[in-house]
Amino acid sequence: MSVLRTPGGLSLRWRRRSTVVVTGCALAALLLGLTAVGGGDYPMSPADVLRTLTGGGSPAEEFIVGELRLPRLVTALAVGAALALAGAVVQSLLRNPLGSPDVLGLTQGAATGALIVVVLGGGTLVLAGAATAGGLAAGLLIAAVTGRRGLAGPRVVLVGIGVAAILTGVNGWLLTRAQLMDAARAVLWLTGSLDGRGWAQALPLLGVLAVLTPVLLGYGRALSMTEFGDEAAIAAGVPVRRVRRALLGAAVLLASVAAAAAGPVSFVALTAPHLARRLTRAPGPNLLASALVGAVLLVAADLVAQRAVEGRHLPVGVVTGVLGGMYLVWLLAAQRRAGRS
Amino acid sequence: MSGNPRLGGVGLTLAYERRVVAEGLSVDVPDGSFTVVIGPNACGKSTLLRALARTLRPRAGTVLLDGRDIHSLPSRAVARTLGLLPQSSVAPDGITVADLVARGRYPHQGLLRQWSAEDERVVAESMADTGVAELADRPVDELSGGQRQRVWIAMALAQRTPLLLLDEPTTWLDIAHQVEVLELCARLHEEGRTLVAVLHDLHQAARYATHLIAMRDGRVVATGDPREVVTADLVQEVFGLACRIVADPETGTPLVVPAAGRPSPARVGPGV
Repeated sequence: MSVLRTPGGLSLRWRRRSTVVVTGCALAALLLGLTAVGGGDYPMSPADVLRTLTGGGSPAEEFIVGELRLPRLVTALAVGAALALAGAVVQSLLRNPLGSPDVLGLTQGAATGALIVVVLGGGTLVLAGAATAGGLAAGLLIAAVTGRRGLAGPRVVLVGIGVAAILTGVNGWLLTRAQLMDAARAVLWLTGSLDGRGWAQALPLLGVLAVLTPVLLGYGRALSMTEFGDEAAIAAGVPVRRVRRALLGAAVLLASVAAAAAGPVSFVALTAPHLARRLTRAPGPNLLASALVGAVLLVAADLVAQRAVEGRHLPVGVVTGVLGGMYLVWLLAAQRRAGRS
Repeated sequence: MSGNPRLGGVGLTLAYERRVVAEGLSVDVPDGSFTVVIGPNACGKSTLLRALARTLRPRAGTVLLDGRDIHSLPSRAVARTLGLLPQSSVAPDGITVADLVARGRYPHQGLLRQWSAEDERVVAESMADTGVAELADRPVDELSGGQRQRVWIAMALAQRTPLLLLDEPTTWLDIAHQVEVLELCARLHEEGRTLVAVLHDLHQAARYATHLIAMRDGRVVATGDPREVVTADLVQEVFGLACRIVADPETGTPLVVPAAGRPSPARVGPGV
């Protein structure tokens, strides 16, 4: 722990290890970003990329970097950070390490919104809007069913699992109603993909992140108090009901907007907070570290998705699903071995 | 002492979902007292404590802290006046003793006031007072039950509140650790804090309390100095137990000796 105190009575306290992790993740994101922007059918050296970014590139380079690769990278960073933040908040609030937007049916809700547009027809922006609305609606549904008695842990998880199951059924039905071409497009969306993502997807998500990240970090201390149980948190002066409402609302919004931008990319929300905690070794929600780990994870997964199979781009959701699933299996097996399953 | 006490409840109706635990309940916590609430299981004593600690919102009636409805006061301001040791709390995975105790400073901290010199001093003092200073860097999940309870008490102490409520602080502890925790409470009381505790053991209640509240079925049956309140009639009325009261050979406080219901067990060998 490091402490900084000013004569005016202000004081800041931070963990050295967490600072190292946050800095390291930011550097990793930068390096991966340069690699991602530099790679592809038109390879560019990091120096070329930097020169283009600062306005010294040829028109072709300007287009490739500014309109194709940079927005894709920014979308990947933002989606990874948003999903990881949502997952970290949900896991901490529900005191459940398996809590995530997928478990609560938020991503399924976003999928329902998107599929309705696929069936009825509509452009990319309408689809993104419908996906956001679908995720928010799933969140409101959970709040409506549990809300009167407070959004306490186990009840929210159970209701969320129910909502997820219902929506999965609805989504399956919607898929059967779609034309073959539309269904193929829908399945690609459902896997989670960054192909063809531009500023239109990145900017709304960046806006939401810019507003909600400071709010979440501001609530961070209150959030880490709720991990001690409601009674202990209230006793320490945390307005638990209000904190929980605000934070779950923010998590729902982040997960919905992220899904709208890239589809329901699986496992990032679940694994990023786990990884962040293993790296920082700090108790509590580890919000900032989780967000950065999530951003790095998604950019790395997208690089693998683009480069792993020669000449074929995999949807990034395939990579996060495979890697995330393997990580989870390893985690559970390792915990069993350690005898604290 | 004059006027209203700092903490009390008026006309409280307390309920969980649809189960009403108490109706029209009124209690006062005398300033500077070590108040102990006793009563049989499910009589509403922990529920009352939760209402006083504002972790349970009464369906009707008001809990008053310094003359104002406790739910109308800012959460943090209340937390600087009134602390609670809940019946059960969760220690997040891997948290160390020092870290957990430090969380007790939450109501005194802010975004730009994260760890003042006073925070540091109070946390060190709270750990020393509860005898957990040498455990500071140990993870809480590795501690024994008695150690863990003292760590939770240290966290409540770090809040530095003049009023401290303890919900069954001795449950799950063996007799030596029970006495240790109660002696600690007595010392905190002597230092000037007002304490309210829910206890199961009548003998311990009578020995340590300066003010007793006896409850049954959501009602207050008797209140006052335990030396006057704890009688064979009261124990019969509250617990439905026939008993004799003798003086505690150590302190002279009332000691409840249950009446022998049958001849003394003469059976030899292990039971079933």
